[in-house]
Amino acid sequence: MSITVKSVTKRFGDFTALNDVSLEVASGSLTALLGPSGSGKSTLLRVIAGLEKPDQGEVHISGSDATRTAPQERGVGFVFQHYAAFKHMTVWDNVAFGLTIRKRPKAEVRERVTELLQLVQLEGFADRYPSQLSGGQKQRMALARALAVQPRVLLLDEPFGALDARVREELRDWLRRLHDSVHVTTVLVTHDQEEAMEVAETVVLMDHGQIAQVGSPAQLYDHPASEFVMTFVGHVNRLGESYVRPHDVLLSRHPSPGAREGRISRLIHLGFEVRAELILTDATVLSAQLTRREADSLALESGQQVWVTLGETRAFDNIAVAEIEVMPAGSA
Amino acid sequence: MVTKLTLRFLVLGYLGLLILIPTTAIVWRSLNSGLGAAWASITTPDTLHAVWLTVIVVLIAVPLNAIFGVLCALLLVRHDFPGRAALSALIDLPLSVSPVVVGLALVLAYGQIGWFGSWLQGHGVQIIFALPGIVLATMFVSLPYVAREVVPVLEEIGTDQEQAAHTLGASSFQTFRRVTLPAIQSGLSYGIVLATARSLGEFGAVSVVSGRLVGQTETLTLVVQDRFQNFDLTGAYTAAVVLALMAVATLLAMNALTPKERT
Repeated sequence: MSITVKSVTKRFGDFTALNDVSLEVASGSLTALLGPSGSGKSTLLRVIAGLEKPDQGEVHISGSDATRTAPQERGVGFVFQHYAAFKHMTVWDNVAFGLTIRKRPKAEVRERVTELLQLVQLEGFADRYPSQLSGGQKQRMALARALAVQPRVLLLDEPFGALDARVREELRDWLRRLHDSVHVTTVLVTHDQEEAMEVAETVVLMDHGQIAQVGSPAQLYDHPASEFVMTFVGHVNRLGESYVRPHDVLLSRHPSPGAREGRISRLIHLGFEVRAELILTDATVLSAQLTRREADSLALESGQQVWVTLGETRAFDNIAVAEIEVMPAGSA
Repeated sequence: MVTKLTLRFLVLGYLGLLILIPTTAIVWRSLNSGLGAAWASITTPDTLHAVWLTVIVVLIAVPLNAIFGVLCALLLVRHDFPGRAALSALIDLPLSVSPVVVGLALVLAYGQIGWFGSWLQGHGVQIIFALPGIVLATMFVSLPYVAREVVPVLEEIGTDQEQAAHTLGASSFQTFRRVTLPAIQSGLSYGIVLATARSLGEFGAVSVVSGRLVGQTETLTLVVQDRFQNFDLTGAYTAAVVLALMAVATLLAMNALTPKERT
């Protein structure tokens, strides 16, 4: 079921959380809303869910205008950052909540809840209370609860934000596989670009209540539409008015035409990746990213003299974010 | 270790001097002239009527205040409106106003000489010197307790659970009954216990509005005072013990009804 957001503006007092935002989310896709805190990504998700009323604009879900529809009738599943588990109910009752509200027959509820607990791998936990679950288990329970009512759209607000790094990675992977098997249109809010890139087909990058760019993870990384996108997605070096990615900083132990002389101030080993902090003779500070093999073949060491050539560099005109043409959402 | 013992001694000593010794003394004195005398003084028609009246007043005032207290807390925590701070202060007013003043205020508003007095009398409704006045006075003084206990709990649980219930299709009422109410239960029952204790023990305001008609508008606290002034010490002490037992019974009942916390 597709989602269409048309020119939505939302203000909280003097603060404009969303400024004339339009967005298309394709049916069955997994889209990430990415951005720094205060960029409006959570507000946009809550507007889609009906938890916030937009001051202007419209929200359409699978073609019909849902702007004035209550959250109860939108057919959305919502997953909160802090789980929003019903603390006084067992895992079973939490997952069954939406079905018992709809007064579904007992047999159907039993079947559906059993199936969902299996899907989120919590079969043995039906009689536990949320306080007896780990963070990751609570969030899986919350997902099962949201999926129980067969929502047209699944909305996740920083779902892994409160979890530690390892669990987060596991759940990300698991969410991706879940989406491949359930195919419900999913929108995920995150401030973690790695999470967005890893999970989503389409990434919507937001900044100051507006959409900076929409595209696949590769499009955002390789063809950033603005300075903001370039600097937010991936690491960058700034050289005057232009930017260069650390993996486009090429190192050599020998001088060559056009190469600039410098010194390795620090060498950081990150497993497969090696990062070299450089100081050029004109005092420019740069960071280069190499594979382990490249670093080994150059026999790099801290304090060494190197010659630097730059691969692709980018410069941006200082145009306002609003004027950037927004690419259409992924065709998936 | 020494500080721990000192602290324990200090707290127990404080409670002993303030609460345990006087309470024990009352129970002791009420039984001083024998169980028979104590029983006889409880079972006089006037005392029995006072017990009944006190129970009726509590059964009307506390549930009404519990409902109003929860609604009020919801309004204060979940809604933003002009005059919110004023409402919050208004709820606390009964805590800061002397009960005697409350009684007088009720007489001025609803008594024969009061603003609505003649209109009410014209319609055959008597409030002052009758049950409605006693209930009103009791409600007035016990009003803040439920709201004050529920407000912090509501603030603590936040809106996530309620919003989750909404997205799962629950109406506002269903959300309240199945999500909010169980979540605030501990605060609510504590508020009810406090309101009940306050209602049972109210003296000043009830004393003014009831007219203290023996066997008609006399509640248990008024009986205690009445007996005491008439040098019927056994009667005063026994009535006091009954009052205390009713409070303890409320506490135990609420404890039994509230399920263990699962946080």
